[in-house]
Amino acid sequence: MTKPEKLIENGIRLDGRKPDELRPIKIKVGVLNRADGSCYFEFGGNKVIAAVYGPREVHPRHMQKSTSAVVRYRYNMASFSVEERKRPGPDRRSIEVSKVSREALEPVIFQEYFPRSAIDIFVEVLQADAGTRTAGINAASIALADAGIPMKSLVSACAAGKIDDTVVLDLNKDEDNYGQADMPIAMTPEGNITLLQMDGHLTRDEFGEAFELAKNGCKAIYELQRAALMEKYASQMEGDVIE
Amino acid sequence: MSLSNEVMTELRKDYIYNLMVKGEREDGRAFDQYREITIETNVINKAEGSARVHLGDTDLVVGVKIQPGTPFPDTPDMGVIITNLELIPLASPVFEAGPPREDAIELARVVDRGVRESGAVDLSKLCITPGEKVWMVFIDVHVLDDGGNIMDAASLGAVAALLTSKLPNKRYDLGEDANVPMRDVPVAVTAVEIGGSIMLDPSQDEESIAGTKLTVTSNQNGAISAMQKSGVHPLTTEQINYIVDIAIEKAKEIREKFLVI
Repeated sequence: MTKPEKLIENGIRLDGRKPDELRPIKIKVGVLNRADGSCYFEFGGNKVIAAVYGPREVHPRHMQKSTSAVVRYRYNMASFSVEERKRPGPDRRSIEVSKVSREALEPVIFQEYFPRSAIDIFVEVLQADAGTRTAGINAASIALADAGIPMKSLVSACAAGKIDDTVVLDLNKDEDNYGQADMPIAMTPEGNITLLQMDGHLTRDEFGEAFELAKNGCKAIYELQRAALMEKYASQMEGDVIE
Repeated sequence: MSLSNEVMTELRKDYIYNLMVKGEREDGRAFDQYREITIETNVINKAEGSARVHLGDTDLVVGVKIQPGTPFPDTPDMGVIITNLELIPLASPVFEAGPPREDAIELARVVDRGVRESGAVDLSKLCITPGEKVWMVFIDVHVLDDGGNIMDAASLGAVAALLTSKLPNKRYDLGEDANVPMRDVPVAVTAVEIGGSIMLDPSQDEESIAGTKLTVTSNQNGAISAMQKSGVHPLTTEQINYIVDIAIEKAKEIREKFLVI
């Protein structure tokens, strides 16, 4: 695709969204049998799947911590997830994404409950359409809860950015490619920011606007994450009558 | 990390934390004060541009090598910038040889984003023959001594080196050597959060106990071109807004003092 003449016209974006509108989201909890917790997360054109294993033994042993669990996060893109085939395996980008995503989730995990053990999070991007790291964090957060890992709260993530000098929520691939800025954040329901990255060009005022927009996006996603978990577990809880 | 190191860290952590509660820093600086900066350019004759940066105890060399190469298929008429940074074992007892680890990769990528996203270098002017030959600009950061806040020192060094870099036209029979086409002067400012307080330009000790770091790179006109939060501690909206404001202000001071075009 070549650069479209306009990415936004009369307040409507190329995919028909308003500036403050998220792409459609689909969540399925507990989609894998072998993993302790898992989640399938669709975010517009993004399709990601997250699995959580643990707490379990740490290999290699020297990585273990005597007073808390180690959290490991592997973000991986399938070679067929993008237009041009991606060479399989970790590259510099995915190593960085893994690091910041891990740091986005670590503050909500009660790591000190599980000394000398590991909590492993694996995120596989099956289809990418800008916003894979935020989709991955959203999925991983649900998968952690599904695995029964004690957490202070969920973490929700989404991006805001700038296209044609307009600040918008949740950029898709074309908007990311031809837009002027992209800023993914992750947030707890209490409003603590656990991930913040940005590249492009934003004035101080535009930053403030984008930041608020992204926080509102996180709040909306939090409600969906919560609903997805409730859907799986609420019915089980109701049937669980103690006599 | 050996046990004695861990104990030392805990003691130092307490010490620095207690100072901070009193509104002080180990080296007597104010919370928003940078350490002394010195920049020396053209220190490596073989490089097309270079800079040696001291930021307090942090010491590093940035070399820029420029040579013709093939453009990326999606940008056939644009030059290429590649930033590389390695945390070599020479610079700190905790750095190890081998393939770069995630912290080194993150540092390099944030420095790279600051330079790239600010549009500091006009890549369209680095085209020699569209679709065939463009200038490839390699920015390599060699950290010699880790005294903390490598991020800001490396960014400063990269920009200072680019400002003095020459396109080696003569060597490749393309005319006279020319300056690298610079459009902007991005400056990275890093803040750390320690126990709820915000400090700029962390020393190595401050950095090692910090809950989180936030780097904000801003341009000549005060716009933001890159941001990166690094570390497990969350930040509040107020803390982030405060850091963004002060980072833009500090960047301006540093630019005016050290990076005049």
